[in-house]
Amino acid sequence: MSTTTLSHDEAHHHDAPKGWRRWLFSTNHKDIGTLYLLFALTMLFLGGASAMLIRMELFMPGIQLVDPDLYNNLVTNHALIMIFGAVMPAAAGLANWMIPMMIGAPDMALPRMNNLSFWILPAAATMLILSFVVPFFPGGGTQINTGWTLYPPLSVQVGMSMDFLIFAIHLLGISSVLASINIIVTLLNMRAPGMALMKMPMFCWTWLVTAFLLILVVPVLAGGVTMLLFDRHFGTSFFDAAGGGDPVLFQHLFWFFGHPEVYILLLPSIGVLSHVIPAFSRKPLFGYNSMVGSMLAVATIGMVVWAHHQYTIGMSMGAVTYFMIGTIIISIPVGLMIFNFIATMWRGSMTFETPMLFAIAIVLMFTFGGLSGVMLAVVPADMQYHDSMFVVAHFHYVLMPGAVFGLFAGVFYWLPKWTGHMYDERLGKIFFWTNVIGFNITFFPQHFLGLAGMPRRIIDYNVMFTEFNVISSVGAIIFGLSHLLLLYIVIKTIRGGKKAESRSWEGAKGLEWELDSPPAFHTWTVAPQVK
Amino acid sequence: MQAGDTQRKNRRTTLLLGGMVVLMFGFGFALVPLYNLFCQVTGTQSIALRAEMGRIPMTSTEVDEARLITVKFDTTVNPNLPWEFEAAKASMQVHPGQMYEVNFVANNRSSATVTGQAIPSVAPWQATPYFSKLECFCFNRQTLEGHEQTDMPLRFMVSPDLPAEIHSLTLSYSFMRLKAGQEPESPTAIPPAIVTAQ
Ligand code: HEM
Ligand SMILES: [Cu+2]
Repeated sequence: MSTTTLSHDEAHHHDAPKGWRRWLFSTNHKDIGTLYLLFALTMLFLGGASAMLIRMELFMPGIQLVDPDLYNNLVTNHALIMIFGAVMPAAAGLANWMIPMMIGAPDMALPRMNNLSFWILPAAATMLILSFVVPFFPGGGTQINTGWTLYPPLSVQVGMSMDFLIFAIHLLGISSVLASINIIVTLLNMRAPGMALMKMPMFCWTWLVTAFLLILVVPVLAGGVTMLLFDRHFGTSFFDAAGGGDPVLFQHLFWFFGHPEVYILLLPSIGVLSHVIPAFSRKPLFGYNSMVGSMLAVATIGMVVWAHHQYTIGMSMGAVTYFMIGTIIISIPVGLMIFNFIATMWRGSMTFETPMLFAIAIVLMFTFGGLSGVMLAVVPADMQYHDSMFVVAHFHYVLMPGAVFGLFAGVFYWLPKWTGHMYDERLGKIFFWTNVIGFNITFFPQHFLGLAGMPRRIIDYNVMFTEFNVISSVGAIIFGLSHLLLLYIVIKTIRGGKKAESRSWEGAKGLEWELDSPPAFHTWTVAPQVK
Repeated sequence: MQAGDTQRKNRRTTLLLGGMVVLMFGFGFALVPLYNLFCQVTGTQSIALRAEMGRIPMTSTEVDEARLITVKFDTTVNPNLPWEFEAAKASMQVHPGQMYEVNFVANNRSSATVTGQAIPSVAPWQATPYFSKLECFCFNRQTLEGHEQTDMPLRFMVSPDLPAEIHSLTLSYSFMRLKAGQEPESPTAIPPAIVTAQ
């Protein structure tokens, strides 16, 4: 064992405090991880509810359920809740739970800051919900009809709900920046003796890169929305052409954040896959070094290709060409990661438990989304596809598999470790199939809608688009309802089930599987020696 | 490793990362001047393009009867200007090399005297240098008395050198309020430059 000596503080064992104080004052990475995950699950249902309303409205041409501004507010809220409320907190929850256990650390490096970064989230979510609710009251102003990109001049004209949203974004940004700092410090300074950076588990690597991306781009978004706030209330004209500003500047600020953000959503799930696929193929991950390398390449190039979201703003030919080539180049390291996953499965003795099913679905469907991404990257093609349902189909095909399914895979993979119980495998499989089939029925037809010319973010549509919209809405019902099954499985597993062993999966490797399932409140108080 | 050591290291890394956050927040604001600079240098921005408007010398003055170009008119009024402003026609079919005239109608809906400035732009941007305005209300500021309505003529010509793949173009005006004593931000009052190079 190691020669590590512990200070009095760290050696001092105490049981979990009881009642609400355990959660509100928690500095324990496992409890905070649980809080993050529960928060994300709640937001998943909230964001899902707005998506269901959107799809029900689009079931038929014409305007049935909501009015146009409310519809666009739903679109805005759906995106913001899913990105900042569901996916990012869920990934942070996994990080909190798993990173200390994986690197043999007793806890996160900055436990009190950890508590703060979580508890900012409910406040931010309240602000976000208020921004939706306020326009329903007299004097509450207009709805946020801009979409999640918040482009001026429209976003300058929206009523006070936009101010709530701007503050919500500030809070969300602070929360994720604090969490990122904590994760980086933990990964850099708290690894068990003998664990060199290049021996670190892949999930930790993906989070290291994600956290750096967050630190680099979230402050720029915060700056952008601050300028928006100033334009709205303090007479500046950062984005107002009448005062010498330029609305396009906001687009640059937004997408400087926005494009790296898609990798922030993607990478933690790539990390999960790098554990799930080897475990159920019973082979080590193929090409660890090249995984790390391509991830760094994706993150670096990803910082400088943002304007592929703005091809239509009238950039010079040189600029457009640069952004097109840069964007297409990114698909090379992304493809490399996918090939590594396939090579890991190659000739492995594979079994198909729920996490592995999700992993395979990701490899197939994420690749498909990457292909439509390359279509969008080509400037002359994008002139037609931009702001159409084709873009909606593209980003759901990359984000659903690339981010959400990866998180599902992680939850199913680690649930036995967290709860000490195996989940019901039969229900898990039913959830997988309804979820994946529902997803494809919902989003596949949207490619055709986009190619045929249906614009996004508009409540009504031409009758010629009816059939595919009906299919899409029916798929959305299946897809949406399937998440109730997820909720049921999670609750059932927390309450009981077959006892999980420490190594819950036969092929699972890593320090976390050497701990009991569920692990003690404090783990690795004596750091393990890694060879 | 001593626990105290780790704590010191943690504090140092935290400060370093915190510094990075502050720097990036500053970088966001630094992008404002950088953006303008970048646009001036590379000619990305429409302001630079506007200076190009009608600047390509014409190689011939002959009217190209064989070619018909659709010119669409688009108008926007900045919310700070209490005017209505619209083109009398939504679009026109024109022959390159021939001069046309179209009216724009402006109507001050407030009771105060207001001065505004129209800023033109052409889409697709590649067509910008081939679109010449011989007389335009956008060369000067326009002042309307309270509730005054006025017709504002535009005389223009599309150069016969317009690239063959362009069949239609949009001329877009944004009308903004000028406060007393304020000059338009950019040199919009471009003289009608028709340089005929034979
Ligand atoms: C092979 C890699 C990819 C390429 C070449 C690519 C390319 C593009 C392009 C050009 C657009 C802009 C389309 C338009 O608005 O006209 C776009 C939109 C988008 N992409 Fe990708 N993409 C790729 C991968 C991804 C990944 C991995 C994610 C996320 C996990 C993602 C998420 C998004 C999102 C969210 C949007 C839409 C944003 C919005 O307008 O609201 N993409 N993509
Ligand atoms: Cu992008």
